[in-house]
Order: sequence, then C-alpha cells, then structure tokens
Amino acid sequence: MKVEDKLFLDRFRVNEEPHLRIIDASLCLRECPDQPCLYFCPANVYRLEKDHISVAYEGCLECGSCRIACPHLNIEWRFPLGGYGISHKFG
Amino acid sequence: MEEAFDVAIVGAGPAGIAAACCLADQGVKTIVIERGEYPGAKNISGGVLYGHDLARILPDFDRRNCPIERNIIESRIWFLSKDGGYSLSYRDRAFAKEKKLNSFTVGRAKFDRWFSEQAREKGALVVCGTVVTDLLRDHHHRVIGIRTDRADGDVLSKVVLLTDGINSPLAAKTGFRPEPGPHQVALAVKEVIELSEEVIQERFNVGTGNGVTIEIVGEVTQGMDGVAVIYTNRKSLSLCLGANLATFSRQKVRPYEMMESFKEHPMVAPLIQGGKPAEYMAHWIAEGGYDAIPRLCGDGFLIAGDSAMLFNALHREGSNLAMISGRFAAEAILEAREKGDFGRNGLSGYLSRLHNSYIFKDLKKYRKFGRFLHTHEEIFTTLPAWTSLAAREMLTVNGVPKKDKQKALWREFRNRTSLLRVLKLLWEGWRGVT
Repeated sequence: MKVEDKLFLDRFRVNEEPHLRIIDASLCLRECPDQPCLYFCPANVYRLEKDHISVAYEGCLECGSCRIACPHLNIEWRFPLGGYGISHKFG
Repeated sequence: MEEAFDVAIVGAGPAGIAAACCLADQGVKTIVIERGEYPGAKNISGGVLYGHDLARILPDFDRRNCPIERNIIESRIWFLSKDGGYSLSYRDRAFAKEKKLNSFTVGRAKFDRWFSEQAREKGALVVCGTVVTDLLRDHHHRVIGIRTDRADGDVLSKVVLLTDGINSPLAAKTGFRPEPGPHQVALAVKEVIELSEEVIQERFNVGTGNGVTIEIVGEVTQGMDGVAVIYTNRKSLSLCLGANLATFSRQKVRPYEMMESFKEHPMVAPLIQGGKPAEYMAHWIAEGGYDAIPRLCGDGFLIAGDSAMLFNALHREGSNLAMISGRFAAEAILEAREKGDFGRNGLSGYLSRLHNSYIFKDLKKYRKFGRFLHTHEEIFTTLPAWTSLAAREMLTVNGVPKKDKQKALWREFRNRTSLLRVLKLLWEGWRGVT
C-alpha cells in the first residue's frame, strides 16, 4: 500500500494558506546533501523536484518531525488554522 | 474582547480534560481551548488506557457510556526477526472478572470527545477549532492568559494549564519548555485496520468485549531503536510502529514503507488478513524519560501530560500519566486559590504531588532504560536474528546431530557478537529497569 493510498483514508480540511514552509529553498540544494526530510516525513510531504523540494502540506499528519529533524532547522512550522488540517476518525 | 476565567487550559486531551473535570467539579470557572474540529481530532495513542486512573476522575466511567473498545485480558510480547520470532503471553481470568477494565483499548477520537463531554456536563467550557498562538504576560513576566487565532481571541485567566501535547509550537515560540531534539522523541505511525468483531475474537482467541495487546521489539524497526504494537479494538486492530526520530533521519528509513514490511511479517500478516485499512496517522512519543522532564510550573502556569514529557516507554503508559498529572495540576490550582497565590510557590503543590506519585517514582526507576535501548542496537539486529536462527535450526530435523547444531550456532554467535557484549547488555538492561 502506497503512502498516497494511506493518506487517502484520512480526513483533511485543507486551508489555502500553507502551515509549513521551507524558509530558504536554495539551502536544501546547496548545503543539505542528505535531505533526510525526503525520508522520515511519514506523509511524504517533502519531495525532490528538479530544482527544489516541494511541500505537499495538504497531507501533513502534523507530527512536527520536520520542524526539529531538519538538519538546518529550515522549516517554518505552525499548526494549521483552528479546525483545519487532519481530523482523526478513530485516533 | 477579553474574557476572564479562573483557569485556561490549552488542549482537550486526557491531561487537559482530567483537569477540567476536577476544576469544574469545584466550581472553578474553566475554559479549554482545542485546536481540532472536535476534542480528539488531533489526538492519537497506541490505544491502551487504565481504569484506575480514569476512575480517580470519573468513578462511574463505565456507566457513563465510555467508548471502550475492548477490555484487555492478555498481554503478549514478541521478539521478532525478519522471518520469525518468539512470543510470550500472559492471560489471567482476573482481568475478565474482578480486575476487569484494569486496562482497555480506546480510539482517542471517540474517547477524548466523550471525556470532554463529561467536563462540559460538569460546567467547563470547551472551545474547539481554535489554536492558542501565544501566552499573555504582565510586566512581571507572569502568565496572565492566552492569545488565540480567533479575532479578539485573547483570554485572561488566573492560571494557564499547558496540556497541548508533545508537539508544541507554542512551547517552541514561548519557551515554556525546551523544544525536544530529534533524539528525544520517537516518531510513530499508526494504521487502523478494520475487521469484523467475530474475526478478531477468533484470531485472538477471546470472547465478546475482551481483547489482547501485543508489544513487539526486534528487526521490525529495521535496526532502529524502536517498538511496534498490535492492539485489538472492537471492530479493528491498531498497528503502531515507531523509532527514535534521530535514527530515522540518519538511516533514511521511510516510516510508511517500514509499516508495510511490518504488515507482511509472517506473525502479523495472518492477523490482519482480509482487513480494510481505515486510517493512517503519525505522532511523537517522548523518549527522554525522567531526565527530559522540564520545569513544570512557573508564575501563572503549569505543564501536564505529554507536554510535560511524562511518558513511561517500558510500560506503554502515557495517557494515564496525562490524566493523573492533569488531576494533580487541578488539585494544586485549587490549593493556590485557597492561598490566593497563583505564583510558582502557590502552585508548587503540583510538584510535590508528582514526586510522591508513581509517575515520578516509575520514571526515576527507568531513567536509564532509554539510553540502554539507544546504545544496544543488537536488540534490533543481531539478537533477534541469531535467536531466531537458533530456534529454526534446533527445530529442524535434517539428520544433523543436535550437538553439531549447537556448535555451529555458537560459532555463528561468536561471528556476530561476543558473550561479553551480551552479558554486558543483560547487566545494563537489568540495571535499566531496577
């Protein structure tokens, strides 16, 4: 089962304004050879594109890992606006 | 417009709601702010709760339609290699009778919602869909309320109880406790798999309403310091799998791929066969133990539950520590109200309660255990692999005398590790839990 299919099971209320943001996009390519966010993020939010890392915040599970495990602390992380984001059905 | 309350609680999880119940019971004007659409919308745990600690807040919880999934009558421990593993289980008649509801499973989206309803009935105000974005302070730096993401969303209160969970951007912003490092938390993913009630009862050999928990260590975390669990719910199974976040980051393991391998393990696959995945979630677990607990109260505020990093990893106790610490915080607030002092001294009854309770006593007892797991990766690599090999060889009848097999196994053991190292592991493991 792919991560996309797993996320499809969840209920999200997506806000137009992202709650995650890479602060300095060029830093990821310039100074971060390992790019661990591409691996540890349980929702595969961070994906390597041709010239940048994209942020699919819509499927974020709100665990917070990228905020503290980004080697350069290069991710701005807020909670989604009240009532937005994931809503667990079972929990 | 600012509104004044006696107590403002950040987060409608078990710590916050436990406190709200105790405070509202005593007529304290209490508001709980929850960022989810409903209480429990953002919450997750493996799923085991303990009746003793819930009963201290709601003595008749089982008669109030508490959404209990299954009463746990059997606990299993699995030690798994890639292709097999050992199982040890304990079942007791008492857990179905006189000790019924000693532990039980819940889905937190349902449980926390129900728990919040109980607090509401007692008179607490629970406001959902609202994020607390900052703490309000006076010129002495005392906390005097909270700021929310709603228009005119400031709330003044005599005390703020921070029960906003382990992942707290509010803590990162205001510094009420330090932001954890990646080595101080485990990242866990959870999948809920639906099966019919009858199938679950058959597969786990239990009757209606009863269930089983399985705690798992070994190669399932792909060499990382972590655990997995399988818990039975009424019509579903909870599969959780987690490992230290720093290790995840270093070893470049994808949590969802690790979950898929786990589901294919020969001891797991038959249990979930034919099941329908229903939900996928992720959360942190506090790994730091006793030494990671921050300063838990200050002028005008207290910290409880996961937010206070109260988690006993060895005994999978977190939600119950949250409920107890929430209750202690409420008791300390009541004391402070009597004294008319909501400063750090006035609230210090919270700390003495924690120190005298099993929360701190247990966390102190196991304070070395986290480090033990972290520094003995063979628990997740060599040991499960070799012990499985040993069992497989000794159980295989192929014309080779058992003595020769033993010799070959010892050779293999010495190739992979050393007796001294394993003795050291046993000794340190023992010291970590005694």
